[in-house]
Amino acid sequence: MNRIVRKEKLSAEVFRIAVEAPEIAAARKPGQFVIIQLGGDVNERIPLTIADADAGAKTITLVFQAVGESTHRLAALGVGDSIENLLGPLGRPTDIEKYGKVACVGGGIGVAPLYPIAQGMKNAGNEVKVIMGARSRGLIIMEAEMRAVADDVIVVTDDGSYGRKALVTAPLKELCEQWRPDCVVAIGPPVMMKFAALATKPYGIRTIVSLNTIMIDGTGMCGGCRVSVGGRTKFVCVDGPEFDGHQVDWDNMILRLGSYKPQEQEAHHRCHGLMKLNEGEA
Amino acid sequence: MHVSSEELDKLAGDILGRFENAAPSPKERAQIPAQEMPAQDPVERVRNMREVALGYTPSQVRAESLRCLQCRNKPCIQGCPVSIDIPAFIAEAAKGNFARAAEIINESSLLPAICGRVCPQENQCQKYCTLGKMLKDIDKSVAIGRIERFVADYARENRCEKVPHVAAETGMRAAVVGSGPASISAAADLRREGHGVVMFEALHKAGGVLVYGIPEFRLPKAIVRHELDNLKAMGVQIRLNFLVGKTRRISDLMGKDGFDAVFVGSGAGLPKFLNIPGENHVGVFSANEYLTRSNLMKAYDIGAARTPMFASRRVAVFGGGNVAMDSARTAKRLGAGTVTVIYRRTGAEMPARKEEVAHAGEEGVEFMFLHAPLEITADDRGRVSGVKLIECRLGEPDASGRRSPVEIPGSEKHCAYDTVIVAIGNASNPLIKATTEGIDVNRHGNFIVNEETCETTLPGVYAGGDIVLGAATVIQAMGQGRKAAKAMNAYLAAKRQVRA
Repeated sequence: MNRIVRKEKLSAEVFRIAVEAPEIAAARKPGQFVIIQLGGDVNERIPLTIADADAGAKTITLVFQAVGESTHRLAALGVGDSIENLLGPLGRPTDIEKYGKVACVGGGIGVAPLYPIAQGMKNAGNEVKVIMGARSRGLIIMEAEMRAVADDVIVVTDDGSYGRKALVTAPLKELCEQWRPDCVVAIGPPVMMKFAALATKPYGIRTIVSLNTIMIDGTGMCGGCRVSVGGRTKFVCVDGPEFDGHQVDWDNMILRLGSYKPQEQEAHHRCHGLMKLNEGEA
Repeated sequence: MHVSSEELDKLAGDILGRFENAAPSPKERAQIPAQEMPAQDPVERVRNMREVALGYTPSQVRAESLRCLQCRNKPCIQGCPVSIDIPAFIAEAAKGNFARAAEIINESSLLPAICGRVCPQENQCQKYCTLGKMLKDIDKSVAIGRIERFVADYARENRCEKVPHVAAETGMRAAVVGSGPASISAAADLRREGHGVVMFEALHKAGGVLVYGIPEFRLPKAIVRHELDNLKAMGVQIRLNFLVGKTRRISDLMGKDGFDAVFVGSGAGLPKFLNIPGENHVGVFSANEYLTRSNLMKAYDIGAARTPMFASRRVAVFGGGNVAMDSARTAKRLGAGTVTVIYRRTGAEMPARKEEVAHAGEEGVEFMFLHAPLEITADDRGRVSGVKLIECRLGEPDASGRRSPVEIPGSEKHCAYDTVIVAIGNASNPLIKATTEGIDVNRHGNFIVNEETCETTLPGVYAGGDIVLGAATVIQAMGQGRKAAKAMNAYLAAKRQVRA
């Protein structure tokens, strides 16, 4: 069950794996996610967005960054190994429809879940422009795939080592000014999504974001993933993961992501230099 | 004052000595003191997760069983949702025929080791006990649950359980959604008839609320595992990591996957919150989340578990049921300095089992009655700093018959806490309803079923447990699972005839 059939390293700490999961491959739609648990009593459950699926080959593709103890353990698995527990597809699919012009904004690893959405938007007859950003050149992933589906791809890096030296919000504002998209989809670190939503707000452009909050069961049972959207409490696992970025209470959401900072820092010490947590990345 | 198991055993031995040669008269039976449940010393147990109640010794269970008057009208049975022949198994237990006693229970109940531990006996069988009525004290009723627990543990530990007989394969297939008490009992009864049974569980471990909800110190997980192993030995297949409604829909199970009938025992599974300001601050948890972290994810095993537990010093728990007690006692074990259960009514109205409330008190859990929360406050980092409370008094009885709390204007106060756990119950998880056409629900989202058969409004689909009853007990869920399975067995037999 859930055998890994392909594994690639997309960048220094980002991996792409294809995993056998016949039912999920058949049922999943862009925007949905899975929860994995690597077996035994003590491993945690972690949500990962489905980056792609092949119903014929009965596989799903997961892209993840080795940032914490569990993602490092996942990265240590190779082709032929199995992910003991894999649940999905969870959450509601993206509202893919013909909007006209769609800007897809991806930050870091967020480019992976953005890919099937960009593809879906293109297939629905939209003109699609993609903005993708990362800290530096080595962390830009899936550029070729994105170029294959999008009408235009703008690459930015924080340090200017590749593409434009900018944050994704700079070209996003320009697109809002000049190209006037009908819909924006932004997926990346919470801080990026917060500022992407702030950037589009003055233009009144519908902005979809995909939240990756702390989660346990993923079925609506625990409520750990709750966020405030438009003043109402929503569960990311069942009501999301996608929400109207203009309605999300970002500050509360980001604070909640830091609920276990002290424990995570201790886990850091345990796991010494293996882990590199970036600002804003859960 | 904590009394050890050895001391309690000796006292029971003295009682048995008195009746060695002649059975006690009814008057003598009534005079035998109620046997106290041996428990771990509270000072010790707040530092471990092991089971608190240690179980009767053989002498104690026989002494307690001798208290049963063996009434002819057997009023206790009417209090049992699955109608166990209580006086009969107690009579065998009194004689020391524990294996035979277990057999009698198993005729009606599949999970006695679990029910003996978690049933609210004071509201069920023991409520009707003639002895308790005679002595004008429900706490002096025969301790039916404790005897049941002993007998079930004896049968398991001495491997004298009978694996239920499974009839020849019928070729019919039933899907069971969820793996909690309702589903376990439905699966067993369906399988006994020779139907192929597949149980679908969303989490990575089976057992439902018995595993993610009820803590180890109240229900050891090894017991749940044993019951699930028995199911597997009967040939029930358990598929983990399968969320019906998402991985496959009920219509797929019935249309494409060849299931002839479906039982839905997916539980309540949607935590209720207080609907007050500040509920999303860091440090506010649903009891479901708090307990799932500790129980399912083993977060109490700090250092080994990869799921973290919030570090708490001052904990407020809202609610008055078993889940509130479980949360408070878990917080205490995880090192919280003070844990306060805050309840809008008084101790008398608390729905929790008496024994759990007593155990919580012994462990240092504090109770603040007649207070309701108004707002959860936070510090400048968004972390819980306390709760604004208001005092209440008891007003007129509400629909449930309990007196409702009435807020007293001007009595607001602020109390400092760093953690808030909300344990005020669950609503129905809407997932299956939302993905299945033809299942009608009531205004609470509970499935509407035929009371006799547990069939939903969608033919061939049955349901039981919390998804139907709202918040029910383990044995009520089990009772519904059995009722549904009986009707499903008839449905499947008829369907098979048509097919043949």
